Amino acid sequence: MDFLQSDFVTLTQALKNKEVSAVETAQFFLRRVESLDQQLNSFTHVNKELLTQAEELDQKISRKEAVGPLAGVIFGIKDMLCTKGMPTTAGSKMLQNFVPPYDATLVARLKKADALIIGKMNQDEFAMGSSSETSTYGPVKNPWDTTRVPGGSSGGSAAAQASRLAMGTIGTDTGGSIRQPASFCGVVGVKPTYGRVSRYGIIAYASSLDQAGPLTSNVKDAALTLEIICGQDKYDSTTSDHVVESFSQNLNADIKGKKIGVIKEFIHDIPDASIAKNFNVAVETAKDLGAEIVEVSIPLTQYAVPMYYLISASEASSNLARYDGVKYGYRTPKDQSAQLSLDEFYCFSRGEGFGAEVKRRIMLGTYALSSGYSDAFYLKACKVRRLLRQQFIDAFKKCDIIMGPVTTTPAFKLNDKVDNPLKMYLNDIFTTSTNLAGLPGMSVPFGMAQQLPIGIQLTAPHFHEQVLLNFAYALENTQPALETRKLRPHVY
Amino acid sequence: MSTNLQGYEAVIGIEVHVQLKTLSKIFCSDSTDSTAGDNENISPISLGMPGSLPTLNSKVVDLAIKAGLGLNCQIRTKSFFARKNYFYPDLPKGYQISQYEDPICEKGFVEFFADGMEKKVSIERAHLEEDAGKSTHYPEHTLLNYNRAGVPLLEIVSGPDMRSAREAAEYCKTIRAIVQYLDVCDGNLEEGSLRCDCNVSVKKIGEPKLGVKVEIKNLNSFRFIEKAIDFEIERQVDQCLSGQKIIQETRLYDPDKNRTFTMRVKEDAEDYRYFIDPDLLPIIVSDEKIQMIKKTMTELPRPRAHRFVQQMGLTQDEADILISDKAIADFFERTSELSKNSKLSANWILRDVLGYINDHHLRIEQIKMSAQSLAELLILIDQKIVSGKIAKSIFNDMIATGESAQQIIDKKGYKQVSDTGELEKVIQDVLAASASQVAEYHAGKEKVFGFFVGAVMKATKGQADPDKVNELLKKMLKS
Repeated sequence: MDFLQSDFVTLTQALKNKEVSAVETAQFFLRRVESLDQQLNSFTHVNKELLTQAEELDQKISRKEAVGPLAGVIFGIKDMLCTKGMPTTAGSKMLQNFVPPYDATLVARLKKADALIIGKMNQDEFAMGSSSETSTYGPVKNPWDTTRVPGGSSGGSAAAQASRLAMGTIGTDTGGSIRQPASFCGVVGVKPTYGRVSRYGIIAYASSLDQAGPLTSNVKDAALTLEIICGQDKYDSTTSDHVVESFSQNLNADIKGKKIGVIKEFIHDIPDASIAKNFNVAVETAKDLGAEIVEVSIPLTQYAVPMYYLISASEASSNLARYDGVKYGYRTPKDQSAQLSLDEFYCFSRGEGFGAEVKRRIMLGTYALSSGYSDAFYLKACKVRRLLRQQFIDAFKKCDIIMGPVTTTPAFKLNDKVDNPLKMYLNDIFTTSTNLAGLPGMSVPFGMAQQLPIGIQLTAPHFHEQVLLNFAYALENTQPALETRKLRPHVY
Repeated sequence: MSTNLQGYEAVIGIEVHVQLKTLSKIFCSDSTDSTAGDNENISPISLGMPGSLPTLNSKVVDLAIKAGLGLNCQIRTKSFFARKNYFYPDLPKGYQISQYEDPICEKGFVEFFADGMEKKVSIERAHLEEDAGKSTHYPEHTLLNYNRAGVPLLEIVSGPDMRSAREAAEYCKTIRAIVQYLDVCDGNLEEGSLRCDCNVSVKKIGEPKLGVKVEIKNLNSFRFIEKAIDFEIERQVDQCLSGQKIIQETRLYDPDKNRTFTMRVKEDAEDYRYFIDPDLLPIIVSDEKIQMIKKTMTELPRPRAHRFVQQMGLTQDEADILISDKAIADFFERTSELSKNSKLSANWILRDVLGYINDHHLRIEQIKMSAQSLAELLILIDQKIVSGKIAKSIFNDMIATGESAQQIIDKKGYKQVSDTGELEKVIQDVLAASASQVAEYHAGKEKVFGFFVGAVMKATKGQADPDKVNELLKKMLKS
């Protein structure tokens, strides 16, 4: 059994045929984490129960009981998702010792499909970042070049996936946090339509933008994972009752005659030559597959980054108010020795528990929501957001899918932008629009630049994940992508 | 009113928090049972643990619509939940889910009588929100109980339309009666299922601008509402007359000292940074739904009082008192129906039943006597089987023990003597034993008639039918 190459279906089939056991599978990946993760720092917690759980699955199989479609597949879960009995910290000191008594709906669905959870993946604190450098557990490194960032905020998930420390990982994407690290690390990453995947049990950053999704080694695995995790949840009223198709069964690489939109405002002015070149290769490749390229205009994308930071910070300032040291999580030790006033208690607990970037966004959001300012900032951003969504809907009247770059550059160096928030924020220029419009988007590995992988971004109309996956599936099997897939990261 | 306002007038607006009668909380399935032990009715959702999300209990919306219709409000077809952001340890999420710009009910009114005048008060809005937990402070620490966190509330906001403490108290009674009649709230002030916060300000009569308002909280009886506002008006007028400024603040009422005192001063207007809660969908209310709920509406207090006056012959005051508590009005109506004597039923309930429950601090649901047993007693009175005086003794025993009138009569040997033969015999004996008084009577001193009645009643141990005694005495004295 080649655990490094095996896709989900192959493993599950081998497990059912008893060619391999779940325990062997788990041991293989635990050994890899043990030997390789020191270089990456992609885990915040390794599941101590994994072998026991694998053994239980093996027994289930030997009892000839039916097993789920992800039986034995080893998943790493971003630390934003609550895992029952396993620490869940959002990469923050604030939640250092928090062990949730419940599973996020997504995690429960993976478990129900008999997937195995190997551990929790490192990330930017509270998913606020594009480099995975702001975690209380320290920065995550890019497996292709450990002096570079893996992207963020789901950097741990992307890095671990690229180094095959797990067979699949789960990330969350509020403004690009799955797609950007997937691009930087050379893995497939999907952000589903807003409302596709339950947010219940996922630590909220920006509630109207957050979606969780898979990072995998190939499109088929991503499709299968989506089948399991998508669907209405009675614990999240923003989930949609839209039917969940058999994405993996329906995969179809034939894109002949389909229309691919390219956003005028993005493509004429890609600052990085290697990214621009790679994008042009993708366009030519799509044409070779028989697709038609049409230029679409979405003028409001130029305001996507400010819109995104106003809305996400505003929601975050409210979502993070619950971390006050009263009920769980970090509490200032000062209250042991001195009688603190309530305000002091809050200030110390929150001041000590949150990192700099989180505080910056809480302050930004508090300001944007304040009376006298919210009209000009938060509410204005919400209005423009509705218009942006409409511009996308109009654009999709002319095309089946939109294709573009994911990032402005390949993976950048550690410490390169962490002290310059604005520079860091601008890195999200190509990804935030998708979240603001609630659309499904993904990054599929396609080509290399400066010995680093880069991805191509696909964006589909609402609930057209199947279209998204089909285009990715088509691209995945073209020469430039196949050549990229032959390469292995430095840490592997 | 005791207060001398010296050219000032009071302006009062009231926020009533009504706890909606649901089995589970507004955004999760935790119980609302108020008898549960500390922190028993909690879950990750009501504690606002990381990743937890609210989902709306649809029963809450139905009850809010019902209440809104009872308050003559317009029901919005689309309304939103908003987050009200502030920090406090008993607020688990650091924000309260409430409604801000688009409340579910708005632009209503209620009408009632106060000091014999008809009064109409506007309802600006009634919005849904979740309750917070409860903090209990000790010198060294504070204990938190989150059982109430997430209990559904409807906050009913009046216009600044009231001018006296009496009007304010009557307004609160009216709101309670309406929500009780509609069975959307049990209306218990003492247990906090209905809470009245009163905003009081004073201004010179004729001055268009409102004065600085003071909020009075923790008023757990209608009597305290009236007394607290009276005190507060007087305090504010005194402040104004002595040239001092009124500070915008929240005050509490101390019933023992009959005064209000500062709880907290609002230095700046608090900024709650309201925004629409992205975790919840808009509340959509269809016309069909409103029509369906309308069909389930029971008769409201005002129409009921009107019916009591028009059809049952009560006075407006009598009717107003009876309808102010649905259970009392129900008790009255049942008694009246069974005894077939509305006026008598009203008299006994207003004087004796309410007297008893007030003296014993009970609610009418808690007394041992049923409407049926009271009706039985009233029938005995009506049929002159017992006298009013004996009836009062029987009543006292009934309400204390829960026994029926007949049981008590049998036990104590009470019986009204209205048998003519028996009474004639007693009267004969009385007249025979009082020759001098008989002579006085015949000499024109009619006052002694009362002496004969008393003597007969005494001889029958009070069990004689007084009407019959009068009748027979007159007849026999003539002969």
